[in-house]
Amino acid sequence: MLKIENLQARIDDKEILKGLNIEVKAGEVHAIMGPNGAGKSTMASVIAGKEEYEVTGGSIELNGEDISELAPDERAHAGVFLSFQYPVEIPGVTVTNFIKSSINESRKAQGLEEMPAKDLLKKIREKSELLEIDRKFLSRSLNEGFSGGEKKRNEIFQMAMLEPKLAILDETDSGLDIDALRIVANGVNKLKSKDNAVIVITHYQRLLDYIVPDFVHVLYDGKIVKSGTKELALELEEKGYDWIKEELNA
Amino acid sequence: MDLKEKLISSFLAFENQVDVDVDSKVHDVRSKAFSNFEQQGFPTKRDEEWKYTNLSSLLKSNYNIFSKGESSLTYKDVKQYFINETDCYNLVFIDGKFNAFLSNTTHDGLDVCVMSAALTKPKYEEEINTYFNKLAKENNSLSDLNTAFSAEGAYVNIPKNTVVPKPIQILNFSTGSEQEILIQPRNLVIVGENAHVQIMERHQSLTGNNTLTNSVTEIFVNKRGMVDFYKMQNDVETASLIDGTFVSQEKDSVASVHTFSFGGKLTRNNLEFYQNGEHCVSHMNGISILDGKQHVDNHTLVQHKAPNCESHEMYKGIYDEKSTGVFNGKVIVEQAAQKINAYQQNNNIIVGDKASVNSKPQLEIFADDVKCSHGCTIGQLDESALFYMQQRGIPKKEAKALLMYAFSNDALKDVKIPELKTKINAIIAQKLDVNIGFDL
Repeated sequence: MLKIENLQARIDDKEILKGLNIEVKAGEVHAIMGPNGAGKSTMASVIAGKEEYEVTGGSIELNGEDISELAPDERAHAGVFLSFQYPVEIPGVTVTNFIKSSINESRKAQGLEEMPAKDLLKKIREKSELLEIDRKFLSRSLNEGFSGGEKKRNEIFQMAMLEPKLAILDETDSGLDIDALRIVANGVNKLKSKDNAVIVITHYQRLLDYIVPDFVHVLYDGKIVKSGTKELALELEEKGYDWIKEELNA
Repeated sequence: MDLKEKLISSFLAFENQVDVDVDSKVHDVRSKAFSNFEQQGFPTKRDEEWKYTNLSSLLKSNYNIFSKGESSLTYKDVKQYFINETDCYNLVFIDGKFNAFLSNTTHDGLDVCVMSAALTKPKYEEEINTYFNKLAKENNSLSDLNTAFSAEGAYVNIPKNTVVPKPIQILNFSTGSEQEILIQPRNLVIVGENAHVQIMERHQSLTGNNTLTNSVTEIFVNKRGMVDFYKMQNDVETASLIDGTFVSQEKDSVASVHTFSFGGKLTRNNLEFYQNGEHCVSHMNGISILDGKQHVDNHTLVQHKAPNCESHEMYKGIYDEKSTGVFNGKVIVEQAAQKINAYQQNNNIIVGDKASVNSKPQLEIFADDVKCSHGCTIGQLDESALFYMQQRGIPKKEAKALLMYAFSNDALKDVKIPELKTKINAIIAQKLDVNIGFDL
């Protein structure tokens, strides 16, 4: 599914990713953990194609195709979805209209007709129920005045609508109370299949109780420095990151 | 001979042409306005009110002042400029002359007819003496010029308790049959007590010759009256417009003027509201979407003279390429106008590297218990929002257009004629060069 080799990227003159390697196969869930400033959000943004970041080396392959030169919308059409840590407010565009544009632009890129309104509404109803989203919410301006929890739920709702191949959840758990966390995690789990993959970026083990990862990686100073199974997350929760730093310096 | 001299030397001939009764009050009004114009001439950049809008290049053309107004235009030629699917009263003027064939007037329970009749026929004398040039008179030399040469335009008189069942559209076309042409439409709208009316107005040139329109509209809204006035400005790049629209409101009335500026070379909108009674509500909404070297100047004035009134003003602008914009919003709150709420907002997005906007709120408050707020922003499109939308599969061009659409939407939401709204949406989409699959 996703294969990143020796990825190096910087913003302005600051090197952030310094040779990152990761391989994610279809059907897998990978968790990325690490201290603040390690480059977790940068990794997510670079995979999604944010233009402020300059890729200075390495490659990003999605299903065998190098996507590192594609525009963000082209990557989205190829199946990359990023759930934003801070979803942007877009006044004047309703959730429904945004979803509609989003789905139809993706279909257009694949040479498909627009989705019939009836099918779209049916899908919206189905997925909003899955995420326990109130119908009234769908006619509000996108993310405008949403609480932190509503914004995150709305991100996963969009993910459910778009059915990406690779979903990257960037600190989707931050700002969620325990009920919202359960709803969001449940949504993600329902969407999991053998044909797609999920990368969960988080600071806390808590989310991983609900979305159980196959692999856990520690990102530190722009590189994956340690990988393991879900037990590694528990160890990190207990001991923090200092022991990893010490190991590296030894 | 420059334009001012040409106009001065044409005035006598003009009065002879419209066959005016020298004893009539209209003659006095015209003569007085003419001498005001003669003294003041055209405004220059030295006038504070015209600091950012330079008329000098427009005044160099050798305009034809007396158009023959003979035209072989058929409905098919101009159909696209009409609201077609909605039943309307239509007043169509070609090169300043009324075209009965394309129009649809009425005297049945209300008057939707022409100023040339109102200004000359005895049966309208009382209305003309009461209303004509009672609002525009204190204004600038361009209004005086229009008054001096006032002969034709729309005359709308809605008696009290009448809800006009269909909108009125006023269409002014200029054709290529003359060379360069100066047109000066003069409209008068009287909304009786508790009467309601919707009016659309458009100026459209059908020629590549320079056209200058100097239009004046006076609107009187009596007690509990309601008026919605829509100005569609999407003219060709050789056409310029100077518009003076003056609204006088009595107790409990509601008046809205919507100004949609998408085209034309130079457009100056002078929009003035005078609130004379308590509980008046005034709305001014405007959208300007410009490119090339287009220039739009919105000058607004609200004079709060009575307590417990409201005014809401929202102007949005998107400026691409080398286009330029001006917003000047003046609010005067007289001492008697306690407990009023005046709200003014002007938001602009600069897209073109060489585009610019000058925005100036002017609040003069003489009452002590009022709520006046104003805000102005000038900025670029939000990059983080663009990335967000692209991440969800919307290409950058469409994402930009969607953001601009959404940005201007606030000022569009009060359009009450669905067909007009659809038309404006289509123009915006065309202007932004996108096809967005929904109305906002």
